[in-house]
Amino acid sequence: MSVKRFARVGAIMGAEEKVRLAVFADIHANRQAFSACLAAARARGAERIICLGDVVGYGADPEWAVDTVMGLVDEGAIAVCGNHDNAVGTPSENMNAEAQAAIEWTRGRLSAPQRKFLAELPMMHQEDDRLYVHSEASNPARWRYVLGTSEAARSLEATDAHVTLCGHIHRPALYSMSSAAKMTSFVPTTDVPVQLLGGRRWIAVVGSVGQPRDGNPAAAFAMLDTASREITWCRVPYDVETAADRIRANGLPHWLADRLLAGR
Amino acid sequence: MVKPSIEPGTQLDGFTIGECVHRGGMATLWSVTHPGINVPLLMKIPRVSEGEDPAAIVSFEMEQMIVPRLAGPHVPGCFGSGDFERQPYVVIERIPGKTLYDRLGGLPLGYEEAREIAGKIATALADLHRQNVIHHDIKPSSVMFRDSGEAVLIDFGLSHHNQLPDLLQEEFRLPYGTAPYMAPERLLGVRDDPRSDLFSLGVLLYFFTTGERPFGESETLRGMRRRLWRDPHPPRKLRADYPPWLQEIVLRCLEIEPVWRHPTASQLAFELAHPEQVKLTARSERLKRDPLSTVWRRRFNRGLTQPKPKSDLAAQLASGPIVAIAIDTEEGFGALNECLRVTVKQLLSTLPQARLACINVLKLGRITLDKTLDEQGHNKHIDRLVSLRHWAQPLKLDDSRLTVHVLEAVDPASAILEFTKVNHVDHIVIGARQNSLARSLLGSVSAKVASEASCTVTVVRPPRSAVASAQGGPDDRKPKALEA
Repeated sequence: MSVKRFARVGAIMGAEEKVRLAVFADIHANRQAFSACLAAARARGAERIICLGDVVGYGADPEWAVDTVMGLVDEGAIAVCGNHDNAVGTPSENMNAEAQAAIEWTRGRLSAPQRKFLAELPMMHQEDDRLYVHSEASNPARWRYVLGTSEAARSLEATDAHVTLCGHIHRPALYSMSSAAKMTSFVPTTDVPVQLLGGRRWIAVVGSVGQPRDGNPAAAFAMLDTASREITWCRVPYDVETAADRIRANGLPHWLADRLLAGR
Repeated sequence: MVKPSIEPGTQLDGFTIGECVHRGGMATLWSVTHPGINVPLLMKIPRVSEGEDPAAIVSFEMEQMIVPRLAGPHVPGCFGSGDFERQPYVVIERIPGKTLYDRLGGLPLGYEEAREIAGKIATALADLHRQNVIHHDIKPSSVMFRDSGEAVLIDFGLSHHNQLPDLLQEEFRLPYGTAPYMAPERLLGVRDDPRSDLFSLGVLLYFFTTGERPFGESETLRGMRRRLWRDPHPPRKLRADYPPWLQEIVLRCLEIEPVWRHPTASQLAFELAHPEQVKLTARSERLKRDPLSTVWRRRFNRGLTQPKPKSDLAAQLASGPIVAIAIDTEEGFGALNECLRVTVKQLLSTLPQARLACINVLKLGRITLDKTLDEQGHNKHIDRLVSLRHWAQPLKLDDSRLTVHVLEAVDPASAILEFTKVNHVDHIVIGARQNSLARSLLGSVSAKVASEASCTVTVVRPPRSAVASAQGGPDDRKPKALEA
């Protein structure tokens, strides 16, 4: 479905060329999921890639995931830091037992250049009227979750960006703040574009590539058209069994494999 | 950026502003033109300056999101929009003529005209609901008509799109809308039930046929809340000649609980198109409102008026389809008609809100007009109706879910297709005759229906053994094992 039935007479066209962004968050070293999402994004005409952090952790292919994101960044992609990426270089991170076990395993797998790449990722990146951040904008290093309208409002008050794109929750969501500071919340419908109206400001949680937790095991990402300001949440079925088998085969906690199959 | 001032002659994104045609509380409407667009256009500009109603902004944003996504004859076409950063506007097709508000001076209308108007609005609502949108402001001034007759719904500022953020949901604590037409569940904050629009249409139909609004004109929340427990005076109390079928339809639309209303706008349109087949219940006879004991139970038994969990518009529409079944009563295909009944029974058992239209085509000769009476003096049309009811009887469907129709036509397939189109049938069930002489001579009715229908078609064939026995050939005495 598209709303571009009419000439886009009112849209403000930026000078930039790249208008179709593919936004990935929480890849979590899931090679099967990330490969499927990259292919799906290219098929949808993605011209630029944004990676919202947590490239590693939980999954069994951290070397491949980091190499792939490094390659994308070399080609012009933007990547910001997630709490799992940060935990590779900062072992004091406060995490649950499974996450901790996976990070310790991951640290041993990554090369020095790969660890350096993760350590140097910025916490936030702003371009034009868009802010990219892993958790939320008010204090990104505290890794707080945007669970509802009050957390969304706190993040929106900390930035003047028209749209904040974030991950960290592993469940797609969309919040808006009106000019009168009233909040709305919404659970996006897959493949139905939403126009991010210019009269209000938005925070879009894009869902997780490598470990979805909304009950749907399909990998999640989002496409943002910066000219029409339409954002579309996409779901991609992938080879979950192989991703889960690789987690078990590498001695990682079995729960991390089981949850992929259930999307929890 | 400086906002351009809007006056006749102003250029905005290629549109040339003409005269101002309306100044309302929420927006102004301007006639505009654009080179290359040959339909008359209106530009709607919200009133957003200091001190204006904040609802004007939010309802404009809802229109900005919803209107460009709508399609079809029952909504104005959308040709452009501008955002708040510069000059907010939407450009829509200008529908010629007046809204139904213009008719208020001449109420009550005749029953037949009111039935036609309400049927057109119900059809438009069905089309809107299928596009995932609930209008939420159905009233005379929201309804116009094309020259070709279709109702056009306008003003989507209070609408709800089931797949888009609802900016009105959390913005305002009180329900926004037009008080006399607002469904009771809206007062409880429910915005995702398409049957709210059926209630508003019921208010309109009541008003247009009696000259009185069923719940008065109270604008206070307290006055509006009365409709959560107090039913309106039955129209027959106001007009003694009020047709029972019309009262049945109107009072069903005005049921306090959405679940007691028609399941879908399509089903309401179907009832309005077939008044003679409306199942009359106690509603149709009523002359008085509910007794006070009932009203008090509704008022103080809060369980009845609690908000329901979120409903899915598409799922709700899918649970109440109109199913049409084509039955050949004449050829007495016992096995096939039994198979059709089994198929329909299975279908209806999963869809408790579906309704079934049983149709039969009385074939007319191409040249001579058939006599209505056969040699024995029977009326063929009535015989067929009786046969259809007889076929449907084992299904034990309530009369409110079952109608029978005999179509007189030269070409049976075209008649079935026309019926399904006019009545917005969602699913056709039809039998395929096996190897009959008629089929080889005339072509297959089911094949034509299946290939040309715009809805789902199920073609039913009897099991092979049943075909064999129906044909009565020697093969049916063969042991089963040899059949394969």
